[in-house]
Amino acid sequence: MLRLLLRRLLLLVPTILVVVTLVFIMVRVAPGDPAIAILGDYATKDSLEALREKMGFNVPLWLQYLRFLSNIFRGDLGVSMLNNNPVKAQLLYALPYTLELTISSMIVGVLLGLPFGILTALRRNRWADYVGRIVSLAGISIPSFYLGILMIFVFSVKLGLFPVMGISRSGDLLGRLNHLVLPAFTMGLILTSYIMRVSRSTMLNVLKEDYIRTAKAKGLNNVIVVYKHALLNALIPIISVTSIYFIVIIGASVMVEIVFSRPGLGKLMVLAMKQRDYVMLQSIMLVYAALAMMINLATDLIYGLVDPRIKYK
Amino acid sequence: MVIIFVALFASWLSPYDPIEQNVRSRLQPPQIQHPLGTDSFGRDVLSRIIWGSRISLSVGVGSILFGMILGSTLGMVAAYRGGKIGEFIMRFMDILMCFPTEILAIMVLVVLGSGLEKLILTIGTVMTPRFARLAFASTLSVKEREFVLAAKAIGAKHSRILFKHILPSIFGEIMVISSLWIATAIRVEANMSFLGLGVSPPTPTWGNMVLTGVAQLTNAPWLSLFPGLAITLAILSFNLIGDGMRDAMDPKLQG
Amino acid sequence: MSQTQLAEKNKSLLLDVEELSTHFFTEEGIVRAVDRVSLRLSEGDTLGIVGESGCGKSVTALSILSLIPDPPGKIVGGKITLTGRGDLTKLTEAEMRKIRGNEISMIFQEPMTSLNPVIRVGSQIAEAISLHQSVTKRNALEQAIEMLKLVGISSPERRAKDYPHLLSGGMRQRVMIAMALCCKPKLLIADEPTTALDVTIQAQILELMNKLKQEVGTSIILITHNMGVVAKMAQKVCVMYAGVVVESADMPVLFSDPIHPYTLGLLKSIPRKKRAGQKTRLHTIPGVVPGLLNLPKGCRFSDRCYRVHEPCRRWEPPLAPPENRPHNGQHVRCWLYLTPPKE
Repeated sequence: MLRLLLRRLLLLVPTILVVVTLVFIMVRVAPGDPAIAILGDYATKDSLEALREKMGFNVPLWLQYLRFLSNIFRGDLGVSMLNNNPVKAQLLYALPYTLELTISSMIVGVLLGLPFGILTALRRNRWADYVGRIVSLAGISIPSFYLGILMIFVFSVKLGLFPVMGISRSGDLLGRLNHLVLPAFTMGLILTSYIMRVSRSTMLNVLKEDYIRTAKAKGLNNVIVVYKHALLNALIPIISVTSIYFIVIIGASVMVEIVFSRPGLGKLMVLAMKQRDYVMLQSIMLVYAALAMMINLATDLIYGLVDPRIKYK
Repeated sequence: MVIIFVALFASWLSPYDPIEQNVRSRLQPPQIQHPLGTDSFGRDVLSRIIWGSRISLSVGVGSILFGMILGSTLGMVAAYRGGKIGEFIMRFMDILMCFPTEILAIMVLVVLGSGLEKLILTIGTVMTPRFARLAFASTLSVKEREFVLAAKAIGAKHSRILFKHILPSIFGEIMVISSLWIATAIRVEANMSFLGLGVSPPTPTWGNMVLTGVAQLTNAPWLSLFPGLAITLAILSFNLIGDGMRDAMDPKLQG
Repeated sequence: MSQTQLAEKNKSLLLDVEELSTHFFTEEGIVRAVDRVSLRLSEGDTLGIVGESGCGKSVTALSILSLIPDPPGKIVGGKITLTGRGDLTKLTEAEMRKIRGNEISMIFQEPMTSLNPVIRVGSQIAEAISLHQSVTKRNALEQAIEMLKLVGISSPERRAKDYPHLLSGGMRQRVMIAMALCCKPKLLIADEPTTALDVTIQAQILELMNKLKQEVGTSIILITHNMGVVAKMAQKVCVMYAGVVVESADMPVLFSDPIHPYTLGLLKSIPRKKRAGQKTRLHTIPGVVPGLLNLPKGCRFSDRCYRVHEPCRRWEPPLAPPENRPHNGQHVRCWLYLTPPKE
């Protein structure tokens, strides 16, 4: 078990290296001279050169790469080309908001999706199942930004229930929660649909297994059979799939942050991209990649802990 | 039953395709006399939606085709050749899959720049790892089967002729999932347009229609609500087709 | 009458299945998996149900415990009388649950997949105990460990904490037996318990079952397609074909004096050691078992029977003692030995 953990950590190192290199290449390969982007088309040649020197763009590529690597190791992410503020600080400001959104969406998704998924599996081919399947199909088809807009339209514009955008000005918990509700439910509902579908199919598969028949032959009542014997087994694949969905959610958070004008990594990234703020961009990409890798690792760990077949190999 | 559903939706989807052009420029203030309203430039929303379908569909199908060809080839080669190269390829694919789809799309767009063709390439690239993984797994399972070994025993010309054997077997699985992934591609395209990346303003895409419409949400909701609905329905249709295909394949094998 | 014959006569009836019919209602039609099957089990006996795959033996067993999945299957007729409990077909699901694992237990063919992979082995046995007896959890676990010892698993305390994937196939089947017998049921139904095991293990398991039969006082219904197993284990035998019983008899009688053509075919098919210089081909019964949706008219065995004649294709014979020859308690379903109806 410990060996598994070590092995995964070890594999992580080359992965990180590749990711970092990839990001570096992508940013450098992108069209458009960053110096021109900052100073504008009419800048003089000298000022362009000066800027390039300052940004470190005029040294050979491999040197830039090494500098890049060493910077990252030292935790120095540079200064945003756009607003001249340190990248790291901006990231650290934005990250908690993104996490807050992502995690609360996860909670909504699991709390709603799992029970409904199980319900539709148990009531297979009866009306609850049909309704559930239609709803979840709609849920995975609707783009996140559209659902967000719909939610705004219904709840804020028409009903005036929740604030439209931004985060709480006062910063207190209730205010923050208030602003969190609509965005979290937007992503949460979509996630619910995904989880519902996966739970359903996993449960159906598990219920067909032989040990369920054994459990019934022992005289156990249906509730125990389902919730103890079947569910415990079904959770294992559901957990591993959920981690994939976590990563999907992180991607979708970009859209939702834009729609609801919430600060967060997504907003930073889009802005950086439009303005060709490469320094910012590369750091953001790294953060996203790092998040994904951590989630993968965590899932593997949980999987190893939960599934006795792996734990006691 | 699901298949009937699918057929209904599919036929509804195709009338979106016909090239209803140039009803666009008509300078009228927003009113709901046109079936779906007009926007602040006076352009008919319905026509723009129909026009936009061409983009969404072409991006959706085009990118999947690109991804399918590139990805499947990579996956097949990796599985067949095996060894270090194969592992390397698949590791790389795994790393790509680490990134959330939208993030990866943004990254690639940064590199490639905007425009329709670039967008297709971008999304195609983003979808490639999925195809690669699928082709890899399928090829692995088919690789050891008798007819492949038989072909080898006859001394079939290396990889070329073997592609004629392996490919038909895994083609089915690839096709079934493709529909679902077209749905994903359409979603990504919509997301990109909504962000203002992707295809540029005068050309209507569903995504950028929603984007411009949001500002008017309180007084002219139809500007963003309808295009969004179009996106949803398109994705839904492809999901249904994909689900239907998948269900049809399954019990038939058990049948 | 000899001592054994007297004892035989005085054995009391434990399970009486009368005209049991279980049908499956599918899209392609009604599958009569079990069609008016009758059999009797005396206390202390092992009843063997023999037949090829698909003949309805498993469905019969599942019907006794009312474990047939309700769509699409259903018990449509007959009576299953358990002495002391009455007609099982008339009981509610809640009442049946009290019987399952408690008075009637069942073990299945695939030990590899019949145990829940995420729950420890000891706990799974203890679960059955706690369900039917009011004891503390610790007590249940202790009993479980005792059962493991009883079925011949070494270091039972340690084994009880194991997960199923750490055990071999033979050991898992022992656990299944332990789980089935932990509440000292009157009847153990064993559906092909050794088919999935290695040959050497098979013998061990069968011996274990016999030993436990004495110690625990359980009667057994043993389902198998292996005549050798039947010979070793059973006192009485029913031969099933395509959903009906075609012959029933005491075990020694069945082997020494088989009557029904199908039984004859089965016995002939057992590969036998070649005597020096003797050329023997493996005997086979020509044809295949008919699908249960395409049963031949009249006797179900008619299209494969080498002694088929006219009445066989017209009416299905009843199960009854043969009329035209001496018999020893056998019942057959064959027009060769019964009088077909007049026109």
